[in-house]
Amino acid sequence: MTQSNIMPGFRPALAYTLFYLGLVVLIPLSTLVFKSLQLGWGEYLDIITNNRVVSSFRVSFGTSLIAALVAGVFGFVIAWVLVRYPFPGKRFLDALIDLPFALPTAVAGVILATIFQPSGMLGKWLMSSLGVQVAYKPLGIVVALIFIGIPFVVRTVEPVLQEFDTTMEEAASSLGATRLQVFAQVIFPNIFPALLTGVSLAFARGVGEYGSVIFIAGNLPYVSEIVPLLIITKLEQYQYAGATAIALTMLLVSFLLLLFVNLLQLWARRRSGQI
Amino acid sequence: MHANVHVISDATGQAHFKALHDPFWVRWSLVGVAVGFIVLFLCVPLGLVLYQAFSKGWQAYWTALAQPDAIAAMQLTLVVALITVPLNTVFGIAAAWAITRFEFWGKSLLTTLIDLPFSVSPVISGLIFVLMFGAQGWFGHWFSAHDLKIIFAVPGIVLATLFITFPFVARELIPLMQEMGSEEEEAALSLGASGWQTFFKVTLPNIKWALLYGVLLCNARAMGEFGAVSVVSGHIRGVTNTLPLHVEVSYNDYDVIGAFSSASILASLAIVTLVLKSFLEWKQART
Repeated sequence: MTQSNIMPGFRPALAYTLFYLGLVVLIPLSTLVFKSLQLGWGEYLDIITNNRVVSSFRVSFGTSLIAALVAGVFGFVIAWVLVRYPFPGKRFLDALIDLPFALPTAVAGVILATIFQPSGMLGKWLMSSLGVQVAYKPLGIVVALIFIGIPFVVRTVEPVLQEFDTTMEEAASSLGATRLQVFAQVIFPNIFPALLTGVSLAFARGVGEYGSVIFIAGNLPYVSEIVPLLIITKLEQYQYAGATAIALTMLLVSFLLLLFVNLLQLWARRRSGQI
Repeated sequence: MHANVHVISDATGQAHFKALHDPFWVRWSLVGVAVGFIVLFLCVPLGLVLYQAFSKGWQAYWTALAQPDAIAAMQLTLVVALITVPLNTVFGIAAAWAITRFEFWGKSLLTTLIDLPFSVSPVISGLIFVLMFGAQGWFGHWFSAHDLKIIFAVPGIVLATLFITFPFVARELIPLMQEMGSEEEEAALSLGASGWQTFFKVTLPNIKWALLYGVLLCNARAMGEFGAVSVVSGHIRGVTNTLPLHVEVSYNDYDVIGAFSSASILASLAIVTLVLKSFLEWKQART
């Protein structure tokens, strides 16, 4: 409070911040809430419990969960390798991890669809050797969401692994623990909150993802139609009430996820503070 | 007794060494998994963009990029980025200044609200502007009575992009300026510098790399945004198609060269972004 006596510009900076935040974010977002208030409870429940809507939620949450777990496993291995082992080309690979953040989602979608379609590079091989079709199936959505989710896991786990106090490993091993015990009982429990945070972030992003998914998904109602696509379909048919109700439900779920992630981070900080 | 202790310490020394390092085979199989995953999921897609774009040769590539629709899409993408990035940069600086240099009620709520657009699905980010300005929207009647088009026109694309890229600059600056503290600025002010002098001569040089970092990420997202823009654009060729939308439209028309030549421009943008990002991280780590 003492600093505000000398530092200038408090009023204009805060006023501009609030004005711009309201104009660009809060007023537009509030339309969603007000539009939903115009719907009655009955109407809202009718829309949300419609079979096609329920199926799309199942597809979106199911594929996002599987993709987030797979991204969790591979993301952990990648973060571990990047932090712990020296090998040639490491810096290059490390920079490449952020590609899914930087690459426009439509480009990612078009590329993945081309690779995994039945006549594509990997699609053909997977079809002939394993009999698995990836593109235009729910599996295609999972593949796209793994691509999108991987940097979330790597970039959350990496700094925690880097700062991990290796004296704890030394203590455990000097007390006679094997390498596997050191990993399972000392390293992993300390990394776990970060890993869970990364997986939750990947999951949250996956549920809302649109661009990278629609090209590879096949978009078949009840089977491979994701929630964001259903919102767009409703909009194109001028069913504003339907689109609003689905969007509001999704937004509430994202906020719950965000709250969960914040609690996780609090837990992680408490944990590392205690030890 | 003495010898015994020696043996124990020797044995633990051995165990100590073993339990601190992963066995050779574990080490190299993990490196193999990680590198294999990165090559398959990240390198192959990048290579494929170029392979597909040039699959019919240079000539076809340039012809596809020189199409009026492709050129219009590139221009629109540049215009949208040129409007949204500076606006969100100014906001980011103002917000970081207010939040990190002063104490006020509701500060942590404000910080949370700034991050809000990150947790909103791109499609919903587009939807809210349709609800506001669409034919049935709040202001739809007023705007159509005055012959102003927001939705299915450029202003809608700009608004949706502003919303999507809103937090990028602010969230890079806030933690950095928090950590820096305000001693240097207070010193400048007490020596008689004006507010703006203090900002340009003391604050800006200290935050420049983080600021550029935020601007870089903001720009990459502004040029590459697809979902939100797709909802508000209406896909009018040559008029409201941004470059990512042009990729979609060409791909859906089975115009492989058209889709992948435009995709190659966006992929190059992503690579330039990653290279600059590594450079800025290196610069910031040195200061």
